[in-house]
Amino acid sequence: MDFDLNEEQRLLKESIDGLLTDSYDFEQRKKYMKEKGGWSKTVWLKLAEQGLLGLPFSEADGGFGGGGVETMIVMEALGKALVLEPYLATVVIGGGFLRHAGTDAQKAAHVPGIIDGSKTLAFAQLEKNSRYDLFDVSTTAKKKGDGWVIDGEKFVVLNGENADTLIVTARTKGERRDRNGIGVFLVPANAKGVTKKSYPTQDGLHAADITLTGVEIGPDAVLGNPEDSLALIERVVDEARVALCAEAVGLMDESLKTTVEYIKTRKQFGVAIGSFQSLQHRASDMFVAAEQARSMSMFATMANDFENAKERSNAIAAAKVQIGKSLKFVGQQAIQLHGGIGMTMEAKIGHYFKRLTMIENSFGDTDYHQRRVADGGGLI
Amino acid sequence: MDLAFTKEEQAFREEVRQFFRDNVPPDTRRKMVEGRHLSKDEMVTWWRILNKKGWGVSHWPKQYGGTGWTSVQHYIFNEELQSYPAPQPLAFGVSMVGPVIYTFGNEEQKKQYLPRIANVDDWWCQGFSEPGSGSDLASLKTKAERKGDKWIINGQKTWTTLAQHADMIFCLCRTDPGAKKQMGISFIVFSMKSKGVTVRPIQTIDGGVEVNEVFFDDVEVPYENLIGEENKGWDYAKFLLGNERTGIARVGVSKERLRRIRDLAGKVESGGKPIIQDAAFREKLAACEIELKALELTQLRVVADEGKHGKGKPNPASSVLKIKGSEIQQTTTELLMEVIGPFAAPYDVHGDDGSNEAMDWTAQIAPSYFNNRKVSIYGGSNEIQRNIIAKAVLGL
Repeated sequence: MDFDLNEEQRLLKESIDGLLTDSYDFEQRKKYMKEKGGWSKTVWLKLAEQGLLGLPFSEADGGFGGGGVETMIVMEALGKALVLEPYLATVVIGGGFLRHAGTDAQKAAHVPGIIDGSKTLAFAQLEKNSRYDLFDVSTTAKKKGDGWVIDGEKFVVLNGENADTLIVTARTKGERRDRNGIGVFLVPANAKGVTKKSYPTQDGLHAADITLTGVEIGPDAVLGNPEDSLALIERVVDEARVALCAEAVGLMDESLKTTVEYIKTRKQFGVAIGSFQSLQHRASDMFVAAEQARSMSMFATMANDFENAKERSNAIAAAKVQIGKSLKFVGQQAIQLHGGIGMTMEAKIGHYFKRLTMIENSFGDTDYHQRRVADGGGLI
Repeated sequence: MDLAFTKEEQAFREEVRQFFRDNVPPDTRRKMVEGRHLSKDEMVTWWRILNKKGWGVSHWPKQYGGTGWTSVQHYIFNEELQSYPAPQPLAFGVSMVGPVIYTFGNEEQKKQYLPRIANVDDWWCQGFSEPGSGSDLASLKTKAERKGDKWIINGQKTWTTLAQHADMIFCLCRTDPGAKKQMGISFIVFSMKSKGVTVRPIQTIDGGVEVNEVFFDDVEVPYENLIGEENKGWDYAKFLLGNERTGIARVGVSKERLRRIRDLAGKVESGGKPIIQDAAFREKLAACEIELKALELTQLRVVADEGKHGKGKPNPASSVLKIKGSEIQQTTTELLMEVIGPFAAPYDVHGDDGSNEAMDWTAQIAPSYFNNRKVSIYGGSNEIQRNIIAKAVLGL
């Protein structure tokens, strides 16, 4: 049992923290938001230069063979700096599908572009009524010759506007909520029949609603078994959840730090408001919530390697519950302790709160995952 | 980072568990499961079994009878002990006064007291809190005046846990009334059989008697019963209170209780079916289990940290343990109340002889719920814990 980072992991942490300290303060972030697609190509290439975009890929695929802990370190750092760039969509999720199910040819076609920063991906999964159920898929993929024709609508696809390749879940057989009959397809974003409606999200990221109408793709576009890929989707989404947990821990750390600094300096009644016990206790409760979240983020990171898929999912669901509860408390109280200034777009704390809030509603909210743990027979 | 226990640690867990199975008296275990109070004899019998095995004072230095275990082994031992469940060693002797004596006491005192603490030949109690000194402990008034080779002690202590069983007390007494409040306190030990010591039981809301008031009227104590230096008692008290950082979370206790809740919820019916099939109940149970898992991980972080970097600088996360640990313990007793429903009401009509298994489990659930309100009050109330986090961790 060991919770310390090893030497290489410490260096990784220093390097990404250093990069973001230099190039990602709140003012710089505002500029990046105005760039095309809402994030900075320059920063993205810096991440590539430091090898961070190749982190989880095997050395054979040109990556660095990093594991869950390495991803946790990066996601925490990205959270702390409130980074806009599509690391989750491209490296964690897109990369996850390629690592777990990509053929050599598919990896050769996509991984180098991810690693050098020239290509980004997006995960087109959510549908109008699917909510958090990954098996609830109405989009269809019908066989045509060697290849497939995809029809359907996908919503809130993060990085959907910029991505070069979409990873699309689609049903190859069965009914809307059947657990089998689901496939995963690599669809070029510029394929004929793909239309996108892009918009900024509440947390300053960018997403798109995507319609696929008679989109024809070749046989090489299938990731894994086209008729039975729910387990693959669950595996990759679990990794995305773990990454979101780590990002949330980074966001909470920074929210707490910013809040504590604020109440130490803000004066009312002639004294720093942080000298009032009611505020001190609130801040202490935020600390407790953030530490419990950090513990569960670590647990989720380690659970990601559990061999038993049910145990893995259960543990990660439990982590998402803890993170959801903690982030809501830390986020809301950070605004409360800031008072009026916390309500303004000008102050950075509100932006942290908004990103935290969106994380709760990504890939299953607190109630959803709590129900999963409850129905799965508990944790003890 | 690695969550797994080593093979050796797993084997150790099995060894500990097997020892409990073979050696904890079954009736002691039953009473623990049912949340009953144990008699002095039952507790002492078990502690002597533990001490004979060499595990009575496991965390003491080897030269005084400790085991030399790693921090992970201590963690495993405690978890297994709490979740078996079996009584934990008497904290007042083993975790509190023992370490003060072997750290600050003289050779004579070590020889005289330590073996008797380990074998519970002396039952120790703690003389810290006073009627006017709860969270503000340093305001204590009990006086010890030097008179030749004796101390003359006058005053009153309260909340003295299990003082009715005690042979010895360690006491914070004011020895320099002129000094600033933390500075004039000394750490003195003496026999509860001394002339002038009166114990008056306090009945708590669960109906039990765990705590007492203790009065001192001109109690004469030999001067050499002073531990360490005169007027340095506050330092020893802080040392004593900071000593037990991880046990306070009582993760094993809550685990055992959650297993019991799940088991009972599969048997007790609500709406014509077991209450575990009620989605709302099941989610509350899951919520508590998740909180406990997070706490367990937080505790493991602290344990691993101590194992690697020593106990010198506490991990900031350790201050989470008391707050969350007590909240979760309280939640488990609330869930038990929910399971039992209307049968929470009867007072202990069946006695505690174990003869009526069908109903015995219900008797202590309400008292245990009432009793567990104490856990967010004692050991530094949770509000005091929040003050500590604000000052020591957040720098407010």
